[in-house]
Amino acid sequence: MKRRDFLKASLGGTAALLGSGAAEARGNLEPAEDAIGMLFDATLCIGCKACVSKCKEVNGMPPVAMGDETQYDAARDLSPQTLNVIKVYTEGEGLHKDQTVDGFAFEKRSCMHCVDPGCVSVCPVTALRRHPKTGIVTYDADACIGCRTCMVGCPYNVPQFDYRNPFGEIHKCQMCNQAGVERVDKGMITGCAEVCPTGATLFGSRKALLEEARQRMTLTAGELYNYPRGDVRSPDSHHEKAAPSYQQHIWGEREAGGTNVMHVSAIAFDKLGMPPLGERSYASISETVQHTLYSYLALPAVALAGLTFVVRRNTRDDEGGDS
Amino acid sequence: MSEHQALKRPIITLPFLLLAAVALIGLYFLAIRFTSGMGFVTNLNSGYAWGIWVVYDIVVGTALACGGYALAITVYVMNRGEYHPLIRPALLASLLGYALGGLGAFIDMGRWWQFYNIFLPWHMNFNSVMLEVGLCVAAYILVLFIEFSPAFLEKFGANRLLKSLNKVLFAIIALGVLLPTMHQSSLGSMLIAMGYKVHPLWQSLHIQPLLAVLTALIMGFAVVVFEASFTAVGFRRPSETPLLTGLGKGVVGLLSLYLIIRFVELLLRGKLGLIFAGDLGSWMFLLETALFIFPLLVLLSPDRRQRGPYLLYAAVSMLFAGTLYRFNAFLINYDPGPGYSYFPSVSEIMVTAGVVAIEIMAYLFLVKKFPVLHSADPA
Repeated sequence: MKRRDFLKASLGGTAALLGSGAAEARGNLEPAEDAIGMLFDATLCIGCKACVSKCKEVNGMPPVAMGDETQYDAARDLSPQTLNVIKVYTEGEGLHKDQTVDGFAFEKRSCMHCVDPGCVSVCPVTALRRHPKTGIVTYDADACIGCRTCMVGCPYNVPQFDYRNPFGEIHKCQMCNQAGVERVDKGMITGCAEVCPTGATLFGSRKALLEEARQRMTLTAGELYNYPRGDVRSPDSHHEKAAPSYQQHIWGEREAGGTNVMHVSAIAFDKLGMPPLGERSYASISETVQHTLYSYLALPAVALAGLTFVVRRNTRDDEGGDS
Repeated sequence: MSEHQALKRPIITLPFLLLAAVALIGLYFLAIRFTSGMGFVTNLNSGYAWGIWVVYDIVVGTALACGGYALAITVYVMNRGEYHPLIRPALLASLLGYALGGLGAFIDMGRWWQFYNIFLPWHMNFNSVMLEVGLCVAAYILVLFIEFSPAFLEKFGANRLLKSLNKVLFAIIALGVLLPTMHQSSLGSMLIAMGYKVHPLWQSLHIQPLLAVLTALIMGFAVVVFEASFTAVGFRRPSETPLLTGLGKGVVGLLSLYLIIRFVELLLRGKLGLIFAGDLGSWMFLLETALFIFPLLVLLSPDRRQRGPYLLYAAVSMLFAGTLYRFNAFLINYDPGPGYSYFPSVSEIMVTAGVVAIEIMAYLFLVKKFPVLHSADPA
């Protein structure tokens, strides 16, 4: 009778271990208080790729050649040699800028510096971290074991592992602030924002950038607007331009907990290749499940106690019996 | 004294030599992987960071190595001592399967020379499912080794050590039930963080750990039945059908539970329509589900449960079902977005084949040299 009770208790513990009670669900993380980021306005981007070139210069990476063409960096996507890339959207005739039908547009791809980063949540050895002050998602090759869980856990496929190197590592944008570069710490802005001639890539605090983005959402098409260049709070210069017909959507304000690098555009983001994300971060769901099962290792400890008791009883029976 | 004995057969046989050839080819490509880089051997890319080395060698391989786990629950938790004869060969297969899963993880690790960082407390990220998997698998390999070590100790006549080990073995066995429950469920939890990349038919979010551990148990029992049948035929030993019949009965419960949870999740989240969408996901789901339902239908009949061939058919179907479930979730129906594709390269496949060949060679060697198979019947 007693043994049966213990058996039940132990199986119960094991079952609870597997179940998914929603005790203390972890919500999305909040943005770091002084988070810095960038605002990319696709309607301002002219596809000059000065940002791609500057990024490589700052990060010491070689240009990517396409055939014999060496005049331009021909990087087509993120890679271990390319942390920032400009991609093109075309539809039909591809004649009109920022028009969904028969139009074209440019879109930036680089680390979004998520507010609740999947890569940080899944990394077993804390090689990826969210900087507590700036919110920059940093990478530490000395900690990394190369399991590449960050790559499968990143909704934007940003971390790039160098497969063609026996001692490869993960490469990703660290907002020009990694050891040895430290532009932000020195009071400079990111390389890509510095060289962008139209202010398509704008640097600043997440708060200021969000304010600027919301301002742009209120513009009616054709209305003149004074676009800043460089740093949103202390621009190098401005240029006046008629506002496009913006999508009423600031990408990164809320997606999967939000990002510090935000995008605005005149073309819907799914057409520009942004992933299908809801507001809740997958990291928060994953950690809720994990912490429900493993908080203080309480459930495993209870299950182990129950199992030990039952196994002990049963192995004794074996010795006494005729097995 | 032991109820187990070594099969006294020659080690070097034709199958053994063929396996050795496969292993050598695998080792050749492995040498390239370690000297030039993974990209020269695999088709991995930015979108598909995990290929068959992770999905077969670790995710599927460790589930195929769950025979020891499944039997430990049967014998020591449910107290069904009559299954004891099956446990030692199952433990050996588990030990080898997990050891090679660990080897697979090492091979796939991009920065393998720093692997020990996962054991250093100041590096650990306790939010990471991968950390839980890594630590639990490592601990379980050790546990399996201790659980299996009586076979070595008997062989070398270390009786005193054997006696002391037997006194504490119950604690090790309890760990041997807990650890696989933990990391097999976590293998499922790993899919949560992949979010939209996993096809909705396989992205069950909170239910992932439960489905993962159920498939691990189903595959564990299937492997026990498969191995026992295969050993009986291959080594021309008496069949263990009567024992396997009982296991077949237990599997009916597991399969039913799995299918109910799987379909209720799809129903509640409104995803049933995707089953008939006619795309790759829907066809794969139908195939996978058929592989789960077939053994259920076979084993529901008490008459068929008592017949060796039917048990074997059911076991094979379950092995394919569980394998396909995991392949679907992690690879076949994993879609990182437009522009990425993955199919393993020949050299990549050969490395996995080599790893499996080494596992089988080790199994053959050990059952012939050490007391593993039970000796209740004359060999």
